[in-house]
Amino acid sequence: MTLATRYLGLPLAHPIVAAASPLTATLDGMRELEDAGAAAVVMASLYEEQIRAEDTAYALYTELGSDSQAEAGSYFPELPDYDSGVSGHLETLRRASEALDVPVIASLNGTTAAGWTGHARALEQAGAAAIELNIYSVPVDPAVSGSEVERRILEIVREVAATVRVPVAVKLVPYFSSMPHMSAELVRAGAGGLVLFNRLYAPDIDLTTLQVTRSLPLSSAAELPLSLVWIALLSRRLACSLAASRGVESHVEVVKYLLAGADVVMTASALLRYGVRHLATMREGLERWLEANGYESVDAIRGLKDATHVEHVDALLRAQYVAALTEYLPGKLVQ
Amino acid sequence: MPVKSVVMDGNTAAAHIAYRVNEVCAIFPITPSSTMAELADAWAAQGVKNIWGQVPVIQQMQSEGGAAGAVHGALQSGALTTTFTASQGFLLMLPNMYKIAGELTPCVFHVAARAIATQALSIFGDHSDVMSARMVGFAMLAAASVQESHDLALVAQAATLESRVPVLFFFDGFRTSHEENKINLIPDEQIRAAIDDDLVRAHRARALTPERPVVRGTAHNPDTFFQARESANPFYARVPDIVERAMERVGALIGRQYRLFRYSGHPQAERVVIVIGSAFEVLDETAGWLNAHGEKVGVLHVTLYRPWDAERFRAALPPTVTRIAVLDRTKEVGGPGEPLYLDVLTTFAEAFGAGRITSMPGIVGGRYGLSSKDFDPAMAKAVFDELKKPQPKHGFTVGINDDVSHTSLTVDPDFDIESPEVVRALFFGLGADGTVGANKNSTKILASDPARYAQGYFVYDSKKSGSYTISHLRFGPRAIRAPYLLKSANFVGIHKFDFLYKLDTLSAAAPGATVLINSPHGADEVWNEIPREAQQQIVDKRLKVHVIDASGVASSLGLGSRVNTILQTCFFALSGVMPRDKAIEAIKQATEKTYAKKGKAIVEKNFAAIDSALSNLHEVRVPAKAAGHRFRLALVPETAPDFVRNVTAPILALRGDSLPVSALPVDGTYPTGTTRYEKRNIADEVPVWESDLCIQCGQCAIVCPHSVIRSKYYDESRLEGAPSAFKAAPINARGYPDSRFTLQIYVEDCTGCGVCVENCPAHSPEDFTVKAINMKGRLEHLDAGRESIRFFETLPWADRTRVNFSNVRGVQFLEPLFEFSGACAGCGETPYLKLLSQLFGDRLQIANATGCSSIYGANLPTTPWAANAEGRGPAWANSLFEDNAEFGLGYRLAIDSQTTLAQALVRKLAPRLGDDLVTAVLEAPQVTESDFRLQRERVAAVKARLAGANDPDAANLAALADFLVRRSVWIIGGDGWAYDIDYGGLDHVLASGKNVNILVLDTEVYSNTGGQASKATPLGASAKFAAAGKTTPRKDLALMAIAYGSVYVAQIAMGANNEQALVAMREAEAYSGPSLILAYSQCIAHGTDLRHGMKQAARAVASGYWPLLRFDPTMRRRGMNPFRLDSPRPRIPLEEYRYNEVRFKALTQTHPDAAKRMLEQSQRGLEERYQIYEDLASRDGSRFHPA
Repeated sequence: MTLATRYLGLPLAHPIVAAASPLTATLDGMRELEDAGAAAVVMASLYEEQIRAEDTAYALYTELGSDSQAEAGSYFPELPDYDSGVSGHLETLRRASEALDVPVIASLNGTTAAGWTGHARALEQAGAAAIELNIYSVPVDPAVSGSEVERRILEIVREVAATVRVPVAVKLVPYFSSMPHMSAELVRAGAGGLVLFNRLYAPDIDLTTLQVTRSLPLSSAAELPLSLVWIALLSRRLACSLAASRGVESHVEVVKYLLAGADVVMTASALLRYGVRHLATMREGLERWLEANGYESVDAIRGLKDATHVEHVDALLRAQYVAALTEYLPGKLVQ
Repeated sequence: MPVKSVVMDGNTAAAHIAYRVNEVCAIFPITPSSTMAELADAWAAQGVKNIWGQVPVIQQMQSEGGAAGAVHGALQSGALTTTFTASQGFLLMLPNMYKIAGELTPCVFHVAARAIATQALSIFGDHSDVMSARMVGFAMLAAASVQESHDLALVAQAATLESRVPVLFFFDGFRTSHEENKINLIPDEQIRAAIDDDLVRAHRARALTPERPVVRGTAHNPDTFFQARESANPFYARVPDIVERAMERVGALIGRQYRLFRYSGHPQAERVVIVIGSAFEVLDETAGWLNAHGEKVGVLHVTLYRPWDAERFRAALPPTVTRIAVLDRTKEVGGPGEPLYLDVLTTFAEAFGAGRITSMPGIVGGRYGLSSKDFDPAMAKAVFDELKKPQPKHGFTVGINDDVSHTSLTVDPDFDIESPEVVRALFFGLGADGTVGANKNSTKILASDPARYAQGYFVYDSKKSGSYTISHLRFGPRAIRAPYLLKSANFVGIHKFDFLYKLDTLSAAAPGATVLINSPHGADEVWNEIPREAQQQIVDKRLKVHVIDASGVASSLGLGSRVNTILQTCFFALSGVMPRDKAIEAIKQATEKTYAKKGKAIVEKNFAAIDSALSNLHEVRVPAKAAGHRFRLALVPETAPDFVRNVTAPILALRGDSLPVSALPVDGTYPTGTTRYEKRNIADEVPVWESDLCIQCGQCAIVCPHSVIRSKYYDESRLEGAPSAFKAAPINARGYPDSRFTLQIYVEDCTGCGVCVENCPAHSPEDFTVKAINMKGRLEHLDAGRESIRFFETLPWADRTRVNFSNVRGVQFLEPLFEFSGACAGCGETPYLKLLSQLFGDRLQIANATGCSSIYGANLPTTPWAANAEGRGPAWANSLFEDNAEFGLGYRLAIDSQTTLAQALVRKLAPRLGDDLVTAVLEAPQVTESDFRLQRERVAAVKARLAGANDPDAANLAALADFLVRRSVWIIGGDGWAYDIDYGGLDHVLASGKNVNILVLDTEVYSNTGGQASKATPLGASAKFAAAGKTTPRKDLALMAIAYGSVYVAQIAMGANNEQALVAMREAEAYSGPSLILAYSQCIAHGTDLRHGMKQAARAVASGYWPLLRFDPTMRRRGMNPFRLDSPRPRIPLEEYRYNEVRFKALTQTHPDAAKRMLEQSQRGLEERYQIYEDLASRDGSRFHPA
């Protein structure tokens, strides 16, 4: 029995990877995940916007009152180790890359062209085994077309891929007119892997304060289908790694994603919900399932249920949709 | 060895050596020496090593007394040890200094010499502190310049090791400690070569060790003490030789030679001035000028003051001298002269008496430069000139106009010896605009040219918000030896346009000088906006005027108020001190060096600012005549009291130096309530009230740090004659149909912090961004605001007996008697003080520890504690930093004693006063405002019935009768005071059982001296002396006080629960024993936006970090649980509170793992502590100490 797999060219002991989350923000957190059995960890994202905001705040607030009083030249100590807001992140990555035996993948969320490439280079230099681009922007300008959005994303990927030598993965949102086309373009631009999918913050309105609130609730297995469909549709059609994300509650979802064709499965919500030991439970569950079903390896099940096994996929999906509608009866959901 | 020239201040220069030749530094912050301690701590944090390859141990102590004790212990245990201090703190070290010297222990104390508080506190420089230490047994070595503070620090260390006599090494506070000048840095190899390791080993060999046990610190009887005290004489006798050899040895290494007594001037000088410290250079330069003009004068600097070497002293003087003036930078009241004068006189008298000289020169002594009073060449010349007179004045003063005792010398204000080759630039900056920082950079840039020298000295306002800075810069081809303020400048930078209306910025402009104004008005329009007085100066002196809208450029680039790099670029371009291209490149390099570690965004913004500066710079075409119709503003109104017009106003106008002695109070007693006359107009935006949206809750007024928001209710009929701009609304309380409510904003006194707006709970139903008060441009609301305030002040304050003291809504109607202080915009401390003044102001007596609250509370020119219309208000005094609890207890003891005496007299005089009045006076309840009003009426009746009586009892009772009204004694200070330096006193006062109220304004750092860690600093917070994060939790002072069982204790946080703060202050005041209130106070040292400070305080409480609690012993007496937990269980993670502040957040970058660990520890710790509190809160009352 072997659970080994490869992701972005990196050999992994098994396909369960700790996704970027607060758990992967610190060295201790990543160590715990490795100890708990993660095959790889994606470090919490480096947000360029946040770095710039932190730098600005740091510069502003550490200078408050400086050189304006006879008794105090400043009100804050010089922190020689402070090297812009990014230094701590890079230091954590550097130490994690050294300390962990499993690959540490860096995640980057940029806002400017220089930010994407500059930070990507810094992450690579700090020891990242690969870089996951967390491209997360919501186009709100009606004058910006879908193709323009896609062009910008591809440009980022192209530039980062040309800047670093380590593999580059792209974590996507599912909202493209043609996901297969966009995915293929991303691969052409240099993406070595795709992560399906990113989750968006959920805005809401508080009726007491009339304030707009936002939250990012933990995902549940109910979110599985969207990623599952696209993994199934894209695997074998793209010459890149595929990571499945969203809705991974237990080994059940892991198996499903693997059957759909994923190389690895990423999880964060389940670990936040059940603790990092849940990783081992998932891994054992996967192993048991393979055994119970007579498979010798992960490779043996990968893509067994991908779209290549279904003729006329589009017609099938349409038919499933119709079936769902016709099967709906009032009250059924309540039950 | 190549010489490295750098620009640094005296503190840095001295600390550079001290750090390298010591193994242990015990430190405590005190102005102006704090920088030395901060640098030592910062270098250790960076891993900088001493000359033995070791990182010195830096230990912060709870006081200077503690630091001296730690130094003593470290020395006794064999470590090379030092400390840095000044003034009051230095005095706390004296007992240990006697011990250290008595035990012949080598070490150097580094002192930035400063005034001692007498009739007033002064943070500025003179020799009052060091001269108090003449008897301790330390050698005293003085530096006269920044270079000397560097070089002689090394001489001091070398000499102490050889002589075993400890050295007090000092230089002038501020004038040297804070002057930036170009010096040659001694390389580490040369420092290493100057220190003899055999002597270091000898020091270690004398240390205590159980391997070779000895006893030190024995107690002696009359039989042996005297002899033992004399036994060390030979060591002192050797010191001058040893110091001289050390000077020669170090001099040979560094190429700069020093002497114990340094004479400079004419070799056949007839008149000589003798001095210690930076005035030497002024006298020396002046003597040079006078000698070049045919006079024969000289100056002698006393470098080694103790032990006094009489022979070398006399030998250093030219034999031709017939007249000597000795200048002392201190005052010995009642003595025949000041210390140095007496030494000189004694030396000559002794030599004359012994026949070693045949005649005595005429010797006079004088005082100069107290509290950093500038000492310039004109004053130096006045001293030399005085010696020409047949009877030179002894006991003279120079630099002031003493119209009382007539001690002062006449000074020619036009005397100027500055070389034309020196470029002199004067900059008027706003505290927050970065001018000083940019000018420090400019001196470094200019001095980086080996052929150019630079000097920078900076003068600051006393206010903590909207303050101005004045930078005095000199550049030239020769070393700058001019430790005095600029009198005449070739370049004047006015970095805020308003300064033209408030200050005489152009009086120091030399004819033909260049003037750069940061102006919102363009080159074509600005002339008519300049006040007539300034126009006249521009025309008369043919000044070349340039303008740039630096504020606009900075704002558009996201730099806020930081106009520094823009104006710096303009300065270089206009002054022509460097080629423009080179200057811009150098400014960019300096900017990058300053900001690189703060992120690219900041560097890019500043680069953009530099690049856009010159294209926005325009020359103003100056008309031939001044014809403006605008005039400089009166600094105080004509209606202000005489003192304010005659004394305060000149100080505000920067003419305080010209005030004569007679203008100032003889005993430090000043009128209160003078801030109201100083309309500072510092805010760009001020709150504007929307009367129809307001719910009249008082939440804006209670949090306003500057008492700028005031509420009154009044009968509608009073609105008659109100100006059209005056706003009123029906009061929203039942039963007052004819009453109107007004919330008045004092626009001219507002700092624009925005705390009120953030705390306002009322929104427009249509637009949630519109509140009941909103920040809007001050200028647009200025005229209407002034008009409204004038009318508002004609309305009566609410009758205090009808105000509901128990809630925020009611308290807004109480007159604040603490107003318009100079505290920081958004200060977290001042709302508590204002509330205190509202609640108890007319019977309040305050003991205030030194610190922020004593500076914004009582630093001239204007003071915020005020009186009401009846003339009653807080009586305020500051004793020291280290004794405030005891000082306040003294109030109580006196009040109790005088009250008892008054009561006894009332009883004794009962036949005259009448039994009814006597009973009423003695048995009056004094709890509510009605009670107090009635009691005041009774006291008035007592006085009235005794009027005309002249027997002693009646006279005594008349003098003491006011004590029959219960006074409210409050002891106030920061956490540095309460947790550290006076913790012992505070503890004792709490244990005394006396009726005093202690309010700790807890910013969790030493705010006033620049954010050093105290024992209130929380675990994981970065502060000076704890840059990598404080590794221990803050002291739970509340729980410690609760342990007594007899102390009322409260922990409060305005912003989190204003009602609870109010209740706690009232309960504390009502409690007849000691009370302690710990008040959460946000501070700029937290690194957060103070506009949101109240919300941040709320987060501190919500996270459980700052639980609100009250412990009331009276509850125990009633059989109830005295402990009440007023805030709910933690409901947000600590992280959510902490990471809004740079003091915590920065560590996640610099020490990510430690930051996480300390956050987790803190989270666990607060949870644990909360459980303890919950347990206390849920106990039965009988489980507490019996009351």
